[in-house]
Amino acid sequence: MTADPGTPAPLNVEALRKDFPLLARSVHGRPIVYLDAAASSLQPKAVIDAMSRYYETTHANVHRGVYATAEEATALYERARLVCGRFVGAPDAAHEVVFTKNTTESLNLVAQSWGRSNLQPGDAVLLTEMEHHANIVPWMILSEELGGLDLRYIPVDGSGRLVLDDLESLVDGVKVVGVSCMSNVLGTIPPVRVIADAAHAAGAVVVADGAQLVPHSPVDVSELGVDFIAFSAHKMMGPTGIGVLWGRAELLEAMPPFLGGGGMILDVKLDSFRPAPPPARFEAGTPPIAEAVGLTAAIAYLNDVGMDRIRAHELALTAYALDRLDEKLGSDVRVFGPPAGDDRGGVLSLAYRDVHAHDLAQVLDQFGVCVRPGHHCAKPLMRRLGVQATARASLSLFSDEHDIEVLIEGLLEAGRLFG
Amino acid sequence: MADLEELYREIILDHYRSPRNRGELESPPAHRVEGFNPLCGDEVVVSMVVQDGKLADLKIGGSGCSISQSSASLMSAAVKGKPVDEVRRLISTFKGMMSIHEAALGPDENGATGGAEVVEGEAEEIDLDKLGELAALQGVVKFPVRIKCATLSWNALAQGLDEVAAEVS
Repeated sequence: MTADPGTPAPLNVEALRKDFPLLARSVHGRPIVYLDAAASSLQPKAVIDAMSRYYETTHANVHRGVYATAEEATALYERARLVCGRFVGAPDAAHEVVFTKNTTESLNLVAQSWGRSNLQPGDAVLLTEMEHHANIVPWMILSEELGGLDLRYIPVDGSGRLVLDDLESLVDGVKVVGVSCMSNVLGTIPPVRVIADAAHAAGAVVVADGAQLVPHSPVDVSELGVDFIAFSAHKMMGPTGIGVLWGRAELLEAMPPFLGGGGMILDVKLDSFRPAPPPARFEAGTPPIAEAVGLTAAIAYLNDVGMDRIRAHELALTAYALDRLDEKLGSDVRVFGPPAGDDRGGVLSLAYRDVHAHDLAQVLDQFGVCVRPGHHCAKPLMRRLGVQATARASLSLFSDEHDIEVLIEGLLEAGRLFG
Repeated sequence: MADLEELYREIILDHYRSPRNRGELESPPAHRVEGFNPLCGDEVVVSMVVQDGKLADLKIGGSGCSISQSSASLMSAAVKGKPVDEVRRLISTFKGMMSIHEAALGPDENGATGGAEVVEGEAEEIDLDKLGELAALQGVVKFPVRIKCATLSWNALAQGLDEVAAEVS
């Protein structure tokens, strides 16, 4: 690749790998080859250290005590909110960033709070066929509770892209559009802005699942044009146990609480309560404080490396992987999703000959290769693709060409075993 | 790769490639049970006819990984035509071979343990001779995540026998 002013500088992967303690371990006598970022990322030492340091020097509950460490813990927690908001271009981070448990809880919050107070029986909800169950099932649960919503889906074509020719009629009469910013199975990055503009023109609200895109590409909520976006810290090199919901301030302001308890109220009497303003309204109970500290460190790490460089690295490696798989395995291997390009992220869902994904993953494990077999919580999409399961390899900023070569070595061994 | 060879023994691969008693029986009169492994999407359909205290006929449908499919095939070959109480003993013995680890993994999605005894703590002495070809599946216990694949069809069979017995009584 020749460098031009628009091309981000390549990553020094060898140096970056040293930041991740887990990459030093071996599995079955072989160095670990971690290709499961789409399920959960690994953590750099900076994140682990930040959380340990927090527990060793600062921990106290937030928003309660007036002693020094309690003040410090509160400041760290609120700082995480600002850092997080800034990371996705939130115009008003202090009021628009809600901490949850994970992406799934963020999406359930939108369905249960915004959905319950804004949808009527029979209202149309438009989703896509490539949604993760987390952006399907909450709407189904709400549908059952409200006595029937009209669930519709934007179809996926043979190349793994959304079929948007008929977008105007798809969004017509729809109250809410739920769309994944990047498929966790196909790596497809759909034109969310186009969908959001059409949805808004039809008067719908747009709920984006950012779990896969936010960790791997620069994201700006204003550019995306969505009303809500959900993502998880543990997929962006942060800890498990904390997720994010960004929502437009005026929408959050009008929404009823999700969970009830401490921290989300202004006042409680024996027969009534007054909820706090957002974001506290949606954060009942003691929040994930150490995890927020870890998330702050993760975002600092990602910003340090550079989201545009991460995106460029993973896209180049996706192209390399697709080429090499084709070169070494030819028609024996089928990789779902679009070719490497602007609308494709580093997720490679594989079918290899007729070897079941579970068996593939088992053989790959013996090579130290971590991939995920199964339906990837996207059963409607799997039915659409006509497969029961795939073996999914997903890339990180520290993935390299050697990882892909070991993956191919493992696939060839599976081919030999299952002949 | 010694563990892999242990897991994917020739007899397992043979039953995976050429599954025995493949298909579905017309239901009714046959009794039909579906088993799912929600983790990986494996599914198995066991259809069976119980007559005069015997498992007169059974067929295996569904699709999944080599372990779930070969286990179902091996099971079908072992139990077809056998008296129901003998089949139940075999289920118990087979699940005994798998159970220490399965108990640690928790119940399946229905909360069921498949009607067979789940052995707590020390495993009972398993007579591998009684299992015949089924003993080939013992390599699976080294791979705890795969035990649910191996027991999927057995749990469906046990459930089916329970349901047939309940209908009769």
